[in-house]
Amino acid sequence: MTAAAVPGTPDAAFDRSLAAARRHGEAVIVPLGALVAGLLAFALFLGIVGRSPAEFYGLVYQAAYGSTFAWENTLARTAPLLLAALCTALPARLGMIMIGGEGAIVLGGVAAGIFAMLYPALPGVLGIGGMVAVAALAGGTWIGTIGFLRHLRGVNETIASLLMAYVAIALMNHLVEGPFRDAASLNKPSTAPLSDGFRIGTIPGLDVHWGLAIGIAACVLCWVLLERTTWGFAARIVGGNVRAAQVQGLPVGRLMVGFSVLGGACAGIAGMIEVAAVHGAANASLAAGYGYTGILIAFLARHHMLAILPVATLLAGFEAASGLVQRRMDLPDATVLVLQGMVFVALLAGEALHGRLAWFRAPGRQ
Amino acid sequence: MYRKRNRSRRDVLKATAGMAAVATAGTLMPWQVGRAASLTVGFIYVGPKDDYGYNQAHAEGAAALRSIEGVTLVEEENVSETVDVQKSMESMINFDGVTLLFPTSFGYFDPHILALAPGYPDLRFQHCGGLWTAGQHPTNVGSYFGYIGMGQYLNGIVAGHATTSGKIGFVAAKPIPQVLLNVNSFLLGARSVDSSITCQVIFTGEWSMPVKEAEATNALIDQGADVVTCHVDGPKVVMETAAGRGAWLCGYHANQAPLAPAQYLTGAEWNWAKVYQDMVAATLAGGTIDNFVRGGLAEGFIKMSPLGPAVSETARNHFEVARAEIMQGGFAVIRGPLKDNRGNVVAADGQSFAETDVALERMDYLVEGVIGSTS
Amino acid sequence: MMPAEPDLGLWGVPLAILGGAIRVSTPFLFVSLGECLTERAGRVNLGLEGTLVLGAMTGYGAACESGSPWLGVGAAALAGALFGALHGILCRLPRVNDIATGIALMLLGIGLAFFLGKPFIQPVAPDLPAIPFGWWSESPRVRAALNVNVLFLMGCGLAVALAWMFRATRVGLTIRVVGDSSDAARAMGARLHTVRLLATAAGGALAGVGGAYLSLYYPGSWNEGIASGQGLMAVALVIFARWHPLRCLGAALLFGGAGALGPALQAVGLTQGYHLFYAAPYVLTLGLLVATSSPARALAGAPGELSISR
Repeated sequence: MTAAAVPGTPDAAFDRSLAAARRHGEAVIVPLGALVAGLLAFALFLGIVGRSPAEFYGLVYQAAYGSTFAWENTLARTAPLLLAALCTALPARLGMIMIGGEGAIVLGGVAAGIFAMLYPALPGVLGIGGMVAVAALAGGTWIGTIGFLRHLRGVNETIASLLMAYVAIALMNHLVEGPFRDAASLNKPSTAPLSDGFRIGTIPGLDVHWGLAIGIAACVLCWVLLERTTWGFAARIVGGNVRAAQVQGLPVGRLMVGFSVLGGACAGIAGMIEVAAVHGAANASLAAGYGYTGILIAFLARHHMLAILPVATLLAGFEAASGLVQRRMDLPDATVLVLQGMVFVALLAGEALHGRLAWFRAPGRQ
Repeated sequence: MYRKRNRSRRDVLKATAGMAAVATAGTLMPWQVGRAASLTVGFIYVGPKDDYGYNQAHAEGAAALRSIEGVTLVEEENVSETVDVQKSMESMINFDGVTLLFPTSFGYFDPHILALAPGYPDLRFQHCGGLWTAGQHPTNVGSYFGYIGMGQYLNGIVAGHATTSGKIGFVAAKPIPQVLLNVNSFLLGARSVDSSITCQVIFTGEWSMPVKEAEATNALIDQGADVVTCHVDGPKVVMETAAGRGAWLCGYHANQAPLAPAQYLTGAEWNWAKVYQDMVAATLAGGTIDNFVRGGLAEGFIKMSPLGPAVSETARNHFEVARAEIMQGGFAVIRGPLKDNRGNVVAADGQSFAETDVALERMDYLVEGVIGSTS
Repeated sequence: MMPAEPDLGLWGVPLAILGGAIRVSTPFLFVSLGECLTERAGRVNLGLEGTLVLGAMTGYGAACESGSPWLGVGAAALAGALFGALHGILCRLPRVNDIATGIALMLLGIGLAFFLGKPFIQPVAPDLPAIPFGWWSESPRVRAALNVNVLFLMGCGLAVALAWMFRATRVGLTIRVVGDSSDAARAMGARLHTVRLLATAAGGALAGVGGAYLSLYYPGSWNEGIASGQGLMAVALVIFARWHPLRCLGAALLFGGAGALGPALQAVGLTQGYHLFYAAPYVLTLGLLVATSSPARALAGAPGELSISR
């Protein structure tokens, strides 16, 4: 304030870029501070129950990020979470809170499994391409229907997506235990095993399947869609204020349904990747809760498409460490749930600090 | 102190690395002296270790290993049948030096164990319930299971004597071979007492879903069933609900007598302690475990809960005679002439499937007298 | 053990639905009443699933330790109130979204319940008492169906009391005004934040009691699978109950009864496609939700300050 810079001088340019850096810095430093606060709160919790926080975090580092294997463990768990998070994050940018991604995941997986069962002889790319298409269609239709109901009849999308997820899981169980059950699957009712051409392999040099790369690509593409296209611009206006968007003549309904379909398609593809890369057939193991973790990630990433990447890696790392923590410290598996809960609460509470810390405000505008 | 300070950086690094390696390979075992036989065994459970059922039975078996010298036990619970279990196994291998693994849920076998085993040819993967097939599956994978259907047959005998309504009930998770064999055995045991008895089965669709299990139990009793058993992961809820409604109980997986001592008749229990001790002893002695292991009452793989106070003298005698017959081996619950509940012949006159018959592990029917359907 | 009686056959189905409705609906009833109260004050608590699980664990643990199921219910209510208050405090902060906070607290509640509940999986706690309203009947099935738990009756009474409170008392009016319009509430001199905080805490307490019903009466034991989305479903029930306590009671009974349909149909021999029967309550709720929603922006009966109805 004292060295009031004259506009146009190098000092003023420096101040402006510093101010910009501080504003951007806020978006990174505040959540990081909140993350640390959450980790400290959990350390306190561990202390209260009489366990060593240092040992705990040491083990988390060792098991999740401390070696090549640890990273492979973490990234293998990250892969399905990226697409699952998009199913919540994309509609959220238009102000819709979808919590039923799990349903789109299981239906996408089942659709892919059934497709591979019905057309086992399709050559090469056609097989995998076909599975991607039917999975995206299944997931997209499922979540898209919810977006449609929301737009057409004002049906609450949060509740509807939750209900639809339960229905989807029942439908999946019915299909794999009933009409599409492979008799040879015995005690684990499944569709027929995928033939080799339908399988997705691992990324060379890394013991993680291609689903990770697909997930990263999907996040980047969604970021481009939202931040660099007119569609994305329109969607962000709808998310900001529906009435303003309507006044401007934006196709609000089409945007809502479109983004729901896109989110659902991502989740459907996540299910297809589980089938093609991990399970080799569709069965009840598809309902592994990725959809629910995806909600968490989307909210923690504040529905920012690129922020999903680090957040998913962090949560997957906690889960990767769960086993070693159980074995070494004799803590229950729910320990990681408590940790995730505390970190989540801290990050949300941290939102309250945005725009409130003087340091991040541009100098000269205080 | 002087010497320590003078050590080169590389030495320190080497020492730390060595310590880390030793720590991960398991010097946490102070009794491990020299080259005495030692073994780190890893158990993975699909649910909580204390569910009064499937996982508890395995965890109790695992706990029995603690008494063996040189054995270190590591465990992980609530591991889902996804990439999670593959990474849990690898984590045990990498961080704890586990060389003998017991991933105990059926769903871990294909694809998870089968995907991992070829990469670790020196380790042994022992799986409960899978159908290991020579030539098709890796040789460092083994499968083991017990003829628990025999236990349900004995349950059925006691139930057949106890029922007054002529209707007995079964709460089942999913219509899969292991469950169907149990349902059929339970009814056929009861029918060896009175051939007009019927068994109602209700599927809950999930391995662990307490509210549905309680509702299913109530529905069975509402329809007149007065003896109830089950095949879900944790039988506690079924037993407590049925006891509350005044029905007789036959247990499963573990001994549930403490939950309702007066109404508990008997139960089919796993006896994994013996199985695991034998397998670990064989490994410690440098021997190998067969790839395909099965056993029943005679081999000590399963056992029956002590008969409850309500079991009549007649029932007790019938039970003991049948048990003695089963103990001789080769007993067949499924024997002709026998039809399924849709009228198809499943065993012709004179045909029988002994307990050892692998065909039973592919069962896809409910026998005549069972009310329910397989899909 | 049981007197022989004529087979009820298909008549068993309506009886089973009635019995099931009474047995299964109680947790839905308590959670939806709690959510109703919270939402009437203008706040959404999506985390009541976590509160329910925490209540189930706390109630069971306290009952085990003290030997009294009612102390268990009290402890569950207290734990629920604390969690509700935490939700209320967090949501008071600027820029904090109540839906996200609900999801976070759901996770934390479930995590804490599983973490702290390990020692209580094996012990057997004393059950809550039930009143045998079927004493007049010869049939043990009728008697079993009409064996009504005290908590269910308290829930019914509470629904009536809340309905009366919202309609006829100053407290009810204050809550409604706070929920409908912050500006009007300020003009009226109501302490906006305090009212919301108290309503959220009270809502949490009710959800905790719903959890105690699960672990202390039906199914009556504590384990990690005890709650299967009842807390989340109850939030859905509030919406199609149009934020009215008496309609919450109806919705809970309807949902409980529909849940009994699956096992009851299997018991009379209809077993094919059983997974689809189990989905019946969700399909029914969805159908009702779609049918009763209105294309107009604001839902009829919805508190104006509610984030999910805006």
